[in-house]
Amino acid sequence: MLSKKQIFSKGILAVAPHMFSVIPFGIVCGAIGIELGFSPVLVYAMSIIIFGGASQIVFLQLLSGGASALIAVTSVGVINSRHLLYGAVLSEYFEKLSFIKKLLISYLVVDQGFAESNKFFQKNRNETHLHYHLLGSGGTLWVCWQISTLAGIILGSFVPEELGLKFAVPLTFIAIVVQDIKKLDHVIVMITCGLSSLLFFDAPFKSYIIISPIIALFVAALVLRLKK
Amino acid sequence: MTWFTIIVAGIITYFMRMTMVALVDRDLLGERVKAVLAYVPSAVFPAIIFPGIFINDYGTFIEMNDPKIFGAIVAILVGYFSRNVIATIISGLFSYWIIIFLL
Repeated sequence: MLSKKQIFSKGILAVAPHMFSVIPFGIVCGAIGIELGFSPVLVYAMSIIIFGGASQIVFLQLLSGGASALIAVTSVGVINSRHLLYGAVLSEYFEKLSFIKKLLISYLVVDQGFAESNKFFQKNRNETHLHYHLLGSGGTLWVCWQISTLAGIILGSFVPEELGLKFAVPLTFIAIVVQDIKKLDHVIVMITCGLSSLLFFDAPFKSYIIISPIIALFVAALVLRLKK
Repeated sequence: MTWFTIIVAGIITYFMRMTMVALVDRDLLGERVKAVLAYVPSAVFPAIIFPGIFINDYGTFIEMNDPKIFGAIVAILVGYFSRNVIATIISGLFSYWIIIFLL
């Protein structure tokens, strides 16, 4: 049985490598906000209030492009709706937590933290203090996101666009799923999702980001049925 | 007005994170649903990966000789064999930069 502190540290260590993509992306995110002409305080406040990389950029781009507030809010909601799926997966491991703790820990559920903590949970179902892993992973991502978006706001145009730092985002997610390419069922689900995301890329409100996972999960259900 | 919009967007985002964790009883989900949920990472992350590689900042498809495709292939190979997140990200970025800056 691991102590709270040990699990917390494991959470930190599990997401630490992803900083190679989170920090550049945070810097880009802060810099874009300033470039689009928003006030530094506002751009930074989004990192606390919304705390979701891609959705923050889309939100500012839409508003600066003259879109209505309703459209901007809807897009953020659609982009971040994938967290419903993360929550459904995590709920199994947080079952025993008090309601208040569930409310608090939910704020820290983000892509990379979910992915790495979920891998830990699957292998260590019987540990008592599982949620400390997500506190470690999500907390680390939160701190780094705050610092890096602030850095981007300050550095602004000093970050050369030619570097294409946004490319670090797909790379970090490749690192998360790449070990599953040895499993045929997972490959089928991944390709379904990837192709659907390209097919539906122009769907309104960036909804490809939730449409393609839903299609892929239906395919996963079919695959499970065939496996039996 | 922009502030109000951000706060609404933040509240909605928080609800997306919280709803399933705090408000839904896990026992309501049957075994089949739980089995399908095991595929969530594989079903979600390619929707970030594919457009991040194949679609450029202007929302159009890249050319088949785009350096991002080479970078992604290198990252997949390095990631698969090294099982190391840092090596995956760095190898992908560097191979991408080598093509755009040196070739």
